[in-house]
Amino acid sequence: MLGARAAALRPGYGFVLSRAVGPFGAFLALAFVMQLVVVPWAGPFYEKLLMDIGINCLLAVSLNLVNGFTGQFSIGHAGFMAVGGYVAGAVTYYGSFVLWGSPAVHGGFLGGGDLLFLAGCLVGGLFSAGAGYLVGLPSLRLRGDYLAIVTLGFGEILRVLLQQTNDVIFVPAQIEAATPWQMATALGGALGFSGIPFYTTVFWVFVMLGLLLIVAFRLKESSEGRAFLSIRENEIAAEAMGIDTTRYKVRAFVLAAFFAGIAGALFAHETGTTLNPRELGFQKSFDIVIMVVLGGMGSISGALVAAVLLTVLPEFLREFADWRLVIYALSLIIMMRFRPQGLFGIREIWELWRKPPGASPAGRGAS
Amino acid sequence: MTKLLQTLFDGLAVGSLYALIALGYTMVYGILQFINFAHSDVFMTGAWVAYVVAATAGWAALGGDAPPLYAGLFTLFASMLFCAILGFGIERLAYRPLRKAPRLNVLITAIGISLFLENIGQRPELFGTQPQKMPQLLPDTTLFTIADVNFRVVDLTVIAVALVLMAVLQWLVFHTRLGRAMRAVSHNFSVASLMGINVDAVISFTFVVGSAMAAAAGFLYVMKYPGALKQPADSTWILLGLKCFVAAVIGGIGNVRGAMLGGVLIGLMEMFGAAYLSPHMRDIYVFSLLIIVLLVRPAGLLGRATVEKV
Repeated sequence: MLGARAAALRPGYGFVLSRAVGPFGAFLALAFVMQLVVVPWAGPFYEKLLMDIGINCLLAVSLNLVNGFTGQFSIGHAGFMAVGGYVAGAVTYYGSFVLWGSPAVHGGFLGGGDLLFLAGCLVGGLFSAGAGYLVGLPSLRLRGDYLAIVTLGFGEILRVLLQQTNDVIFVPAQIEAATPWQMATALGGALGFSGIPFYTTVFWVFVMLGLLLIVAFRLKESSEGRAFLSIRENEIAAEAMGIDTTRYKVRAFVLAAFFAGIAGALFAHETGTTLNPRELGFQKSFDIVIMVVLGGMGSISGALVAAVLLTVLPEFLREFADWRLVIYALSLIIMMRFRPQGLFGIREIWELWRKPPGASPAGRGAS
Repeated sequence: MTKLLQTLFDGLAVGSLYALIALGYTMVYGILQFINFAHSDVFMTGAWVAYVVAATAGWAALGGDAPPLYAGLFTLFASMLFCAILGFGIERLAYRPLRKAPRLNVLITAIGISLFLENIGQRPELFGTQPQKMPQLLPDTTLFTIADVNFRVVDLTVIAVALVLMAVLQWLVFHTRLGRAMRAVSHNFSVASLMGINVDAVISFTFVVGSAMAAAAGFLYVMKYPGALKQPADSTWILLGLKCFVAAVIGGIGNVRGAMLGGVLIGLMEMFGAAYLSPHMRDIYVFSLLIIVLLVRPAGLLGRATVEKV
């Protein structure tokens, strides 16, 4: 009886399929349009800007899973980016040597090179997720600021370790003779990992971003995601409701780290960037935190808007080169003074005109 | 044996420097419960003001190889005074309006201030974008040698000044009315205010003292490493600040004696690691020690664990 009623309420397969595949198809189409129409029309400067925007969106939205959804305070996100970037870079750079004898871009769209690049992204993301697991574990014992310091420490340790790696091997004969371990430790040291083939295109950036957005939005509406949100709202109450807070916190870290790793992989293969340990230090982490807070903690669309704004703004402030960062810093301070909940608070952009939810809209930090 | 003792001495010199900066972090955290990321930039400003004062006064060029003693003292006090005012201004203008805001907002504001100080410092009218060399204010000689360990004048000065300042702070916090008020505020904000303590004044005072300590540390830092006066936005400053913050956490954040202990511990750790393991990995020792301490004793060495209430 009850089973029959439940079956009647269950949505049909067609509906489920359209809900599951529809958004992804839409993002795929958007990515194609971006690559085939917008990029040729806009020129290389805007192509690079679009890729930067996409990568920063990936970073901001993924950090939002930890800082915004779960209410944990992580300031080591650039560290995960570095893990993904270096692993993926090593995979494509040395992989290209092994497969085709040179690190140049190989094959066209979805050709051998692209497949290797995608594999690199995946491996980089997985390694980064592993790092996220390790960093998330101390959250068993640490709360709030202390966890933040551990994430910061992780990022710094990683940066120093990367600075100690050997120079990149670029002589084919030496690479043939090198052991996997030698390759894995030849990541360019303090000078940065140069010579990584430029596989990143606007298309791939937006495909990855689409993937993350679907994950993030679906998470927000699912019971899994609501567990994240409950930890943000009140950890003790969440625990009393039977939520295994540690496990969910670690999960948030792993998921965020995975996508940060992918962002790092895209960054590593982008034209005109060098993968440099210094660039991926705490300052980069701060930049990402600022995006999340500016957008509003827990607001996915807010993180997107903030990431776009904060990527575009410095480009257009270039005219005031000397004053650029001063203005940036001042606007940050003023923003925190007069709109402390960020642009959108915890709401999404299309919910702005709705009445605020029962909870206060102010961003919640580590508590 | 000589190497061991020399490293011990160097570690103590660096460690007392770290302790001075760590004190600023720990006092602010103790009272307002947030990481004052702008503290490293106050330290940077202290170092640069010391440079500007010493360079404009031109004592080093007087001809004699040892500038007068008052030169160093004057520079120290000038830089401490400047940063005390700076710290007061930062608290008054940026942090006080956010007293009731979520802590994350205060933290972002601190990052904003830090960025602001760095980049305004890079203006050509202020410090400029070039690293400078600090003029010498102390004779660069070895005062005495015991068991082949060189006690350089600079290192001894660093330790002496740091010790004096820490003793003053110790007296201030634990033996004066103002110190009692500070401790009361750090214990419980609202109850302290009910007891008739002017909380705002106490917080202002905390910032003034912390910033003056940071300025003194900045001065001592450029005395010890005259070639390390990097441009204001260089990441060495923030990294140094982070290390000192780590020192404060290791000692137990909010605990004045803990910060001193943590600073010395970090200094020793770094120097011993650099001398006996690899000199390139010094940051790693510091941050690994942090993670270990946090995992074993989350409240720090001298900190007391607090039970979270519903």
